[in-house]
Amino acid sequence: MGLIAAFGAPIFLPFMTTQIAFLWMMVVFALCWDIMGGQMGYNSFGNIFFFGIGAYVCAVIQRDSGLDWYVAFFLGFGAAAILGVLCAAILGAGILGLRGQYFAICTLGLGIAGGEIASGWDYIGAGSGLSPPLFPGALGMREMFFNYLFLTLALVCFFTLKRVYSGRFGLAINAIRDDEDKAEAMGLRTTRYKIVAWCISAFFVAMCGAAAGNMIGFIDPRDVAFAGVTFGVWMVLMAILGGKGTLWGPVLGALVFHITQELFWTYLLGWQRVALGLLIVVIVVFFPTGILGWLRERRTMSTSGGSEQ
Amino acid sequence: MTALLEVRGVSKRFGGVVANANVSLNVPEGAIIGLIGPNGSGKTTLFSSIVGQHAIDSGSILFQGNEISKLRVSEIARSGLLRTFQQTRIYGQMDCMRNMLISTPDTSAGLLSMLSRHSAEEQEEAERLLDFVGLYEKRFLMAGDLSFGQQKLLEFAMALMNKPKILLLDEPTAGINPTLINGLIDRLKRANKEIGITLFVIEHNMRVIMNLADHIYCLAHGEILADGSPEAIKDDRRVIEAYLGAS
Repeated sequence: MGLIAAFGAPIFLPFMTTQIAFLWMMVVFALCWDIMGGQMGYNSFGNIFFFGIGAYVCAVIQRDSGLDWYVAFFLGFGAAAILGVLCAAILGAGILGLRGQYFAICTLGLGIAGGEIASGWDYIGAGSGLSPPLFPGALGMREMFFNYLFLTLALVCFFTLKRVYSGRFGLAINAIRDDEDKAEAMGLRTTRYKIVAWCISAFFVAMCGAAAGNMIGFIDPRDVAFAGVTFGVWMVLMAILGGKGTLWGPVLGALVFHITQELFWTYLLGWQRVALGLLIVVIVVFFPTGILGWLRERRTMSTSGGSEQ
Repeated sequence: MTALLEVRGVSKRFGGVVANANVSLNVPEGAIIGLIGPNGSGKTTLFSSIVGQHAIDSGSILFQGNEISKLRVSEIARSGLLRTFQQTRIYGQMDCMRNMLISTPDTSAGLLSMLSRHSAEEQEEAERLLDFVGLYEKRFLMAGDLSFGQQKLLEFAMALMNKPKILLLDEPTAGINPTLINGLIDRLKRANKEIGITLFVIEHNMRVIMNLADHIYCLAHGEILADGSPEAIKDDRRVIEAYLGAS
């Protein structure tokens, strides 16, 4: 049912195709943030860094390769994923030794540094940004193409995570969340698990960046690529809103968040940021465990302490 | 019996406080060795030194004849030397089965094994060990919702799941219901006899340690005060004085 709705959405709601594409991107954002922040207990504010890397890597390859649009795009798309993972592995080895809030602050710096470097580097357009080559297809095809690309990405991301969470990796990152010292005392290679977690995150987020750069059509270093205050914060919010540490929570959070946000833009124009701010306050105060967590608490209360799951 | 774990002249100080001074002891393979001493005598510090939680100031620690005092916590754990904690440490937001499954030894280093699932044998082993400590009925409960005593039992089962060669137990019976203690002593002995795990146990409960250990070391003010069989320790004048505070 859901899948049919997801695939059919752009056909039934053609004027909203791009919005729906953004929705799938938000789903990937939230899912990927949750690997670290929810499942592993490491709040990362730096995932936007991989988004920026992906956007630039893909656009530069498209600009300089001189190949056919599709070939260049998918080449850039793949290269973005690879470079994102490489960055995560190298940075992770350096900063994943930090715990708790120190890690969070450090990743916050990462996104800001990315934006500053990108806006000062002439090769990638510096402050005036970079425009990927125009999509060659017919009118309306562009939206469809990116919509289904993001939908595929979201589905692959969801099922990949579903698979790895059910295995040793999922247990290990949960163990790290609950008691990292204990996990180490039990002989787990904690640093390695943490780095792999961040690499998976970076893999999908960087591909999002590659596609989003093209879909938006213009890569501004601070407002698109390394948009810490919008995308970067939304990732965290969506996962928390839906219920962090669960598989469906981030998906649900992304849906609710994106739809609410679109409504704010439509009906509260001029006040949309204020409304968004209020929404954040409401989330944190009334749904600290997210929608799924809230539902689960209510259910356990009504069955008076029955076992979960 | 050869020494599985050998501590030679280990000293550890925290600022001006000498926690361990020139401590030497042997844990032979297959034995159950006790470590007693008044509060603050440096027992837990010695455990932490052995498992690599902090560097030692001097001396050496040999496990199976290899120096381990420079290795990291998880490396030492993977070599088969495991500890449990005085304040139990379990993974509170995971159910007991998941606590058990993640406690299987982290032997293979490859990416594939990290992403793989747990085999049916491992599931069975986890269920068997949970049954062994009497937690089988609670296997799908969140570990954090168990009582303190049950968490201790779970932590013990998790340690067994890891198939260690030697297990360092920090006050295994503290906070456990007295009626459960006998059962626990029995299980510790069975783990030692049937599975062949060497045990090195810190314990305050004299009845427990006298029942359990083959040989006991007594620590006071960071130094080894006496060692010997349970009977000898029980009657040792110095040990009684250390505990009762007589001068």
